[in-house]
Order: sequence, then structure tokens, then C-alpha cells
Amino acid sequence: MSGLRRLYRGARLIDPDSGRDMVGDVIVVDDRIAAIGANISAEDLGPDVEVIDVTGMCLAPGLVDMRVQLREPGAEHIESIESGSRAAAAGGVTTIVALPNTEPPVDDVSVVEFVARRAREVRLAKVHTYAAATKGMHGKELTEIGLLAANGAVGFTDGVKAIADALVMRRVLAYARTFDQLVIQHPEEPSLGSAGEVTEGEIATRLGLAGITPAAEVMMVERDLRLVAITGARYHVAHVSTEAAIDAIREAKASGLPVTCDTAPPYFALNETAIGDYRTFAKVSPPLRSESDRQAVVAGLADGTIDAIASDHAPWDQDSKRLPFSSASCGIVGLETLLPLSLELVHNRRMSLIDVLQRLTVAPARILGLNVGRLAAGAPADFVVFDPQAKYRIDTDRLRSKSKNAPFDGRPVEGRVELTVVDGRTIFERVAA
Amino acid sequence: MDSYAYRHRHLLGIEGLTPEDISCVLDLADGYVDMNRQAEKKKSLLRGRTLINCFFENSTRTRTSFEVAGKRLGADVINMAVAVSSMRKGETLIDTAMTLNAMHPDVLVVRHPESGAVQLLSEKVDCAVINAGDGSHEHPTQALLDALTIRRRKGKLGGLTVAICGDVLHSRVARSNIWLLNAMGARVRVVAPRTLLPAAVEHLGVEVFHDMAEGLADVDIVMMLRLQSERMHGSFVPSTREYFHFFGLDEDKLKFARSDALIMHPGPMNRGVEIGSTVADDIDRSLIRQQVEMGVAVRMACLELMGRSLGNNGPPIK
Repeated sequence: MSGLRRLYRGARLIDPDSGRDMVGDVIVVDDRIAAIGANISAEDLGPDVEVIDVTGMCLAPGLVDMRVQLREPGAEHIESIESGSRAAAAGGVTTIVALPNTEPPVDDVSVVEFVARRAREVRLAKVHTYAAATKGMHGKELTEIGLLAANGAVGFTDGVKAIADALVMRRVLAYARTFDQLVIQHPEEPSLGSAGEVTEGEIATRLGLAGITPAAEVMMVERDLRLVAITGARYHVAHVSTEAAIDAIREAKASGLPVTCDTAPPYFALNETAIGDYRTFAKVSPPLRSESDRQAVVAGLADGTIDAIASDHAPWDQDSKRLPFSSASCGIVGLETLLPLSLELVHNRRMSLIDVLQRLTVAPARILGLNVGRLAAGAPADFVVFDPQAKYRIDTDRLRSKSKNAPFDGRPVEGRVELTVVDGRTIFERVAA
Repeated sequence: MDSYAYRHRHLLGIEGLTPEDISCVLDLADGYVDMNRQAEKKKSLLRGRTLINCFFENSTRTRTSFEVAGKRLGADVINMAVAVSSMRKGETLIDTAMTLNAMHPDVLVVRHPESGAVQLLSEKVDCAVINAGDGSHEHPTQALLDALTIRRRKGKLGGLTVAICGDVLHSRVARSNIWLLNAMGARVRVVAPRTLLPAAVEHLGVEVFHDMAEGLADVDIVMMLRLQSERMHGSFVPSTREYFHFFGLDEDKLKFARSDALIMHPGPMNRGVEIGSTVADDIDRSLIRQQVEMGVAVRMACLELMGRSLGNNGPPIK
């Protein structure tokens, strides 16, 4: 190894996998972390070492975002693999996993290879993809789960659609188990879900919007948990948002079922009041919940029932959002606000910094079986350097994402990404404004 | 005549048969194999007897095999394709049975798409009934012919390891073979994706595998099952391409088995789905054509045994 040597000096090193939280240095040689610890002498490394002073900053594993919509192929004017990767880099996200709901959908080996090729060309964050669990995400016929997995798909899901038919879901789980593959479910009983656009309750009623009962979530989760008990497949619930579903998952974990789940910042940083006067930027699926459900999400994150935090990045252009509420698309861009919004859990004293970072790094990496999300000698040099003290307001106009649909514009936050490194390459460095 | 071990009126399934019953059929069939290879293939053992092939489900090879077997033993053989006659007219199975019974057949050979239907029919007729396949339940003459094929090639059944691969969930052939091979002291494995395995199949006396490399390791016999086309486009497996890649028998996967392992398939084969042509047509290792030959001999043996238990007066009408 002759190549690049860099010493990142003086940061607070936080590695949730090992529990390390100390001031120290990181040495990167080429694409790997060569050494990590306190008081590493630059002289030991020879003459060609570039020293980067990151004193006062936090240095943590790069974020692993397990739920991102990239819109490429098919809707590159809304987001592309390149623009999404740039947004990831700016957000300190070094690994993203894309949903298969593109056009054409990722339900064929050739599309998995396309995403991999585009990611290689773009060469920013590491981009993985899920593949559809059913052909065309129609919820009827199994996809080639074995071949798709062999060609790089890291899990199987029908994206923003739940697999409605219990028999199909059972076969998806059984077939995926044959190849030890993860199945990810959008937890919403679809016939109830299609009945409305916001959570059923007083706010929906005042606004005259059709409501979805929050029970739609736990109904789907509980059905699936029975099927998981039968099949033994690895099952992951995406963006959990209700107390009842979190309770069901907590119980299932206690009984030993192979179940995991994630949530996303809108579900712990907002509640249904964010809809205000029909703000379509706050329209998401599952819909924003009541304050008590929001608090249950925070509690679920704190006690570990919720394994991971994903951005649930769902870009939409103006044409998709500047519409009457019920016609508008569901989704919020999240790659660039993932870290500061998650850090609110620390500032609000609900979780420790290392625990929040655990949910953002090694926890999703483990669920996905990816060798990332750790700061350790020999591990890939994927990390984020952030200033934990920096106070600023979110400015959605400045997002790198092609789409700016976020209800967080002007929100004061604390904690800012300064530097993002993937495989030893600096893919983002903040330029002082 | 009483020296024969097989003392059942019908042949409805392998489950419940003793090793002596099975050996009795196989020993008798061995003799018919030789006879079938001669110019003179005819016996008059069943002269005057009437055999009705009553197939409620399409079949060519099994029906023909029974027809040849019956004719070589001198019986009058009538083929009824019930699938296209009375069932369409709305007649119930029991009415069909009563109608047939009134014609004084001696042996009914019945295939039916529903599990248990052949047994139901056997309870309503006075003649002997041979199950030629009922739903996903049993296909006893197939298991017997498979056993005869293996025994003639390997000299034994006990102690062998047999891997049954593919659509075990829907397969009557698999179930009959599991019973028979277990009864005869063979070790049985099933290898399939989880969507094609019935629940609790391990309680039937098999080891379960989901990977061909593991499942075929050191086996003596690789028995492939047919995957029906309506099951290979997403409902149970996603595609024929994927199925063949992971579960189809080709030269690479066959390498995991013993170097002298033999290949079987009950037919009709889907080449390129569950089996590749190179292995299917390997004359040293594929027993697929021998299975067809043994089928006639085994069915002759079964018919002889049915005929003997009928006595000389024919079945009475109740």
C-alpha cells in the first residue's frame, strides 16, 4: 500500500459498535482506517501524511440510510442517483439503500446492475438497492429473489406499498428465507390506508380530510408477525410510527422473532399538527401521527425497540406537491436533515449521542448485512465529521437534492456536517457560508 | 397362492404397507421385466377379467402403462377418460363409482385430482382398486417402480441415501416414495425452496434441505420432481430461470452427489426447468427410461396380486 495517508487529528471519536467515545485520531491509508486511538504520532507514519485538524468536532461512522427513494431510473428530473448521492454526502450519509419503486421498478437483475453501474460512475456515497418482492410491485408474483440477491439486492420490499395478500406475503417470506434474505414491509393495511391521507382524528375532521385509522399500522404488523413465526424469515418494518405497532414489535422481539424496524425523523420530530393549513410538505405515508404516538416513537428509539433511523427520503417536485392536499404526493426529502433532526433527541435529553449514532450507523448496517458503520482498524474509511455545537436554521433552498419538499424550512437545529469521507475519499466538505 | 405376502384387496397407497408387502410386489415384478423383454409377452392370468382405467385427470404414460400391463396379463382393458365425460355432466364421484360397479369390473385403476378421492371410490365398489394418483396424496405404483429401478441397479434399497428434489408440496410421487424408501430402510432427504415444501414434512421421516449443494452431498440417488408450469411464474417460484439456477439438476449440482449417483424423474420432464438435458440423457447415470420400463412390470405385478385376491367367482354385487 503506497497510497494516500491521512491523519484526522483531535476529534471526539464516537463508534457505537465498540462503545468508543474519546478524543483521539484516525489514520486512513487508501480506502481503509489503518489505526484509531489517542495520541497517534504523525511522525510514525512517515513523511507523506496529510494532517487534518478536526479538533472540537465529532467523528463518527458515516450514516447508513436504509430507506431512500432515488427516482432513477424513470424520474430523474425529481431526483437522480447523482443528486441523491450529493445530498447524502452533504448529510453525512455514506451508505444509502434505494427503494425499488422506480420506473421500471427494480424487479429484475438488469435494473439492479443499472443502479450499481450508475453508483460506480457517480462515485459518491455507497448506493445499494432493495429489489421488489413481487413482480412490478403488484403484490402477486414473487420476483427472482435468489438471483436478485446474488446480483447485489440487499433486501426485498414492495417499496411504498404494503404486500396486501397474506398468502403472497407468506410465500415471499418463505421464499426469501430460503436464501436468507430480508423482507421489508411498508406497514399499512392497504384497504384502510387507501381510505384517507392523514391520520384519523380531530385534526383530520377539522380540516375535512379523509382519515386513516392508526390501527392500520398495527394490523399489518401483527399479521406479518404471525407469518414470520410460521416462516422464520427475517422481517423488517419500515418507518414505524404508532405506539401499538411499536408495542407489537417489542413483544415479538422478546419472544425471539427475527424482526427489526426503523423510523424516520418526521415521526419523532413532528406530529400531525404540522399539517397546519393543508401543508402538503407535511403529507407523508404513513401519515404524521398524534403527539402520543410521536412520544411512543421516541420511547421506542430510546429503549432500542426501534433499531434504526432512516431518512425516508422521498423527493417530489413542485408539480407533485403544489396541489390540493388529497391530490398531493406523499413524502419528505430527508438525506440532508437526517443528522441534525436526529440530534434533537440528544438535545432534548431523550437519548445519548452514542445511542442516536448507533441507530444511524451500525444498527442499520447489521440489519442489512453490510460491512460498514464502524470506526475500527481495517474497516472501510467511511465517516462523518460534524460540529455538534453549530447552531443554524434549516434552509430548504440550499438542499443539494433536486427536490426541496421538506416541512422543516427555518427550523432551528444544532449540529452540522463538516466533512464526509467514503472509502478514504472526501465526498463532501462544507464551505463556510 | 397364499404364499404371497401381499394380502390387501386394494392398492391405495404405500403408507401402511409392510416391507414384506413391498418386496412381494418387487419380486414378482422382477419376473415380469424378463417376460416383457421377450417376443411372447402375453399371459392368461387375468383372462376373463375386466380392468377399467378410470382417469379423472389427464394422463398418457400412466394410463398406457396400466393398459399394456393389463393386456399382457390377458385382461380386457377399457379406458375411460372421465375428465371429459361424466364429471362435466355434473355426476358425483359416488354416482360414477356405482355406475362403473354395475358393469362388474374386476379392477379399477383410478386417478383423481383430489386427495382421498380414490379411497372414497374404493369404499363404494366391489372390485379391487388401484390408486394411479390422487391429488397430492399418493401414487403407489410410481414409488414401486422407482424402487424396482433402484433395486435392480444398486442391488438393494436399505442403506441408500435418496434426495427427492423439487415440488414436494404438490407431489404425490414424493409422498409415496418417502413412505416406501423409509419402509425399506433408505435414508430420505427432500431438497426444495421453502415455498415448495409442505409443513412438518420432517415428521414424515426425511431430512430437509433448501440448498442443492448440501442436499445432494453424498447421495446415491437424485430423484427430481416435475414442477408444473402454473407454479413457476411467481406463485411458488419466480421464474424457470431462477428455479433452474438454484434447484434444477445440471452437471454442476450433480457433482455434489456421489460419483456413482443415479438420476431419476417420474416424467414428463420439463427440460431446463427441473433438469438439464445433459444429465437427463446421460446413459450411464440417468434411469429415467428404465423407470418407464419398470412401470409396466410393476403394474403387472400389482394386477396379478389384485387378481389373486379376487378369488375365482368374481366380485359379488351387493
